[in-house]
Amino acid sequence: MVQTVLDSGRVSDLSAIRGVYLKAFRIMLLARLLEEKLASLYRAGKMHGGVFIGRGQEALSVSIGLSLREGDIFAPLIRDQAGRLAFGEPLLDAVRTYFGSVLGPMRGRDGNVHRGRPRQGLLPMISHLGAMIAVVNGALLARRLKGIQGTVGVASVGDGATSTGAFHEALNQAAVERLPLVLVIANNQYAYSTPNSRQFACASLLDRARGYGVEGHGVDGTDLIECLRVVGQAIARARAGHGPQMVVAELLRLCGHGEHDPADYVDPQLKNSRLGRDCLKVAEEFLLEHGWADATSLAEWREETQRTVEEAIAQVQREPTPDPFKESWVALSSRHLCETHEEEVPNPGADI
Amino acid sequence: MSITYLEAIREAQARALAEDPRVFIYGQDVGAFGGAFKATKGLAQEFPGRVIDAPISEDAIVGLAVGAAIEGMRPIVEIQFADFSTVAFNQIVNQAATFFWRTNLPCPITVRLPCGGTLGSGPFHSQTMESVYAHYPGLIVLTPATVEDAYSMLLEAVAIDDPVIFCEHKLLYYHLKAETLPTEALPVGRARIAREGRHLTLVAYSAMVHEALAAADELKTEGWDIEVVDLRSVKPLDTDTVMASVARTGRLLCVGESWPWGGVTAEVITRVASEGFALLDAPPARLNAKDTPVPFHPNLWAAHRPTARSIAAAARKLLRQ
Repeated sequence: MVQTVLDSGRVSDLSAIRGVYLKAFRIMLLARLLEEKLASLYRAGKMHGGVFIGRGQEALSVSIGLSLREGDIFAPLIRDQAGRLAFGEPLLDAVRTYFGSVLGPMRGRDGNVHRGRPRQGLLPMISHLGAMIAVVNGALLARRLKGIQGTVGVASVGDGATSTGAFHEALNQAAVERLPLVLVIANNQYAYSTPNSRQFACASLLDRARGYGVEGHGVDGTDLIECLRVVGQAIARARAGHGPQMVVAELLRLCGHGEHDPADYVDPQLKNSRLGRDCLKVAEEFLLEHGWADATSLAEWREETQRTVEEAIAQVQREPTPDPFKESWVALSSRHLCETHEEEVPNPGADI
Repeated sequence: MSITYLEAIREAQARALAEDPRVFIYGQDVGAFGGAFKATKGLAQEFPGRVIDAPISEDAIVGLAVGAAIEGMRPIVEIQFADFSTVAFNQIVNQAATFFWRTNLPCPITVRLPCGGTLGSGPFHSQTMESVYAHYPGLIVLTPATVEDAYSMLLEAVAIDDPVIFCEHKLLYYHLKAETLPTEALPVGRARIAREGRHLTLVAYSAMVHEALAAADELKTEGWDIEVVDLRSVKPLDTDTVMASVARTGRLLCVGESWPWGGVTAEVITRVASEGFALLDAPPARLNAKDTPVPFHPNLWAAHRPTARSIAAAARKLLRQ
C-alpha cells in the first residue's frame, strides 16, 4: 500500500497518502507516549533493568512496520517501538516484557526491548549488535527453500552496528545469496556516547552499499513522508527481486542511550540543526499545515492515546510476575535431554 | 565392504537430506567441492540447491542457520575446523542456545565441528571445543567415538529439536572403519561400556576412547582388567553409567583431549566425587592435554595430548593407590 502510493519517486498527490500518514502518526504518538510513560516509571524506580526509547526515530521506525506485510520478517532494534506496533506487535507485549509479566511473550525470562514473536516473523533481538541480520537472512533463505516467494525481511540497526564483524558478514552473505533483505540503518549520530567521527571514516554510511554490491537509499529520518517513501521503495525493490537494499536514515537520537544516560555529550550544534528536529513535531506541523488535523483533534488523539497507555500499564501491573518455583528451569526443548536434576525442581512449571 | 567414520558422516547427511525436506547443509566449500574433508562429497549433485556454499563468515553461517531453524528448517552447518567456531561463538551461545528459553520456539540446528589434533595441524586446526560449548545452557554436545555413533548420532542430532554441537574427530575420519552402517543405536544421553573390566574405570570420549582401549590392552598384559566407558555425549552426561562402573571398580580415571582447566573431565570427577564418594577406593584422577596451545611438530603434539602410553601410566599410578 505504502510503496504503491509513494514509490513514484515524488509525492504528487498528497491526498492519496492521507490515510497512511494519519495511521503512521497515530502509531508514532502511541510509541512516544508509551515510552515517555516507561521512562517516567524508570525515573520513579519502578522498572527492572533499563529503559531504552526511540525518541526522534519514530518516523523511520513506523515506516518499516507499515511497509511490511503479514508474513514478512522484522528484526527490530532497541528504538523500534513504533515499527513494532506498526508491524502488529500488541501494545501489551511491550508493557508485559518491561514488567516481566508471565502473560507476555518472554514470561520474565527476558526483558524490555528483548522481545518478539518469531512465529509471526518478529524476531527477538539479542544485545550483540549486528547479530540479528544473519538470522533474518536465514529466515529468508528458508522461505526460498520452501518455495515461498514475495517475502521481505528487515533488519534494523544503528550506526554503531555498522562497525561490527557480524554486520559485515551478514550483509555480504545477503548480497551473495541475493536475499530480499532490507537493512535499515538509523544513523542517530551516536553509538552510546561515540560520535560518527570515531565510528567510521567513510563520508557516508551509504557509501558502503556499493562495496557490498547492494542498492543504497538515503533518507531524512526526521521527515515522515520521506521515510514512508524511501523505506517503502526499498522494501518494494527487495520484494520485486532486486536483492538486498540498504537504507541509511540521518537523524539524531533525542534521548540518552538508555534512560540512565543524560547524553550530555551530544553536540548542541547537532541538536539545533535539521537533524535535531523532532519527527513527531514535524509530522504534527505537517498535519496542521495540510488541514488533516487541527489543534483540537491533535489534543483529542493525545488524550485518547495517553488513556490507552495508562490502561495497558494498569492492566499489566496487576498481572502475575514469574514465580521461581513454577519456572521449569529447562533451557532445552528436548526435556528428556536436559541436565537439570529433577530433585532440584520442586514444582516444575506447566508452561513448556 | 567397509565404511569409514568420515563416510558414515557423509552417509548420515545423505540420509537426512533424502528423508527430510527440511534439511539443508550450509558451510564453506561444502557444495560442488564436497567439503574440506569431503564429508559432503557428491551431496550437492545429489540434492540440488540444498547443499549451499557459504562465504568465509562463521558468524553469519550460524546466524543464518538459526533464522532458517526458526522458520522450521533443519540446517546442518559445517564449520571447516572446530577452531573456527570461535568466530561463530556469539551466534552459537547467545543466539541459538538462548532461543528456546527466551521464546518457547525450538531452534533445531546441527553444527558439525571437525575437531581434535592431527599430525602437523598446529594451534588453530587442532582444538577440541566440547568443554567450552558444554558449559552453556541450551546446547547439546555430542562426541562420537565410533563409525556407528558418527552415523546414528548425526542422524539423531538432526532430529533433535535443540541446537546440537556435533564434535567429529578428524583423527578418526579415515582410519576408523566398520563393516556396515548400524541399524540401531543407543540414544543420545546414554554412555556405552566400550570394554568391561573390574579394576579401574577409564572414562573417555571421542578419539580418546581409542587411546583408552589401547591403554587397557597394555594393562591387560600386566594383569589389570580396565573398564572403558565411552561417554558418547558430553552434554547430557550419563552420570548413571559412570557411577555404576565406578561402583564395580572403585577407581576412576577420566581422559579428555581438551585443556585441563575445568571441562568434561573435571565435571565427571566432580559428579563422582560428590555423588559417589563412598564408591571410590582411591582419589579420582584425570588426564587432559597440556595447558598450552596445541603444538605443531609431531614430537611435541604426541606429548601434548593424552596417549595410550600416558593413560596407562596414569592408570598404573592410580591402581597402586
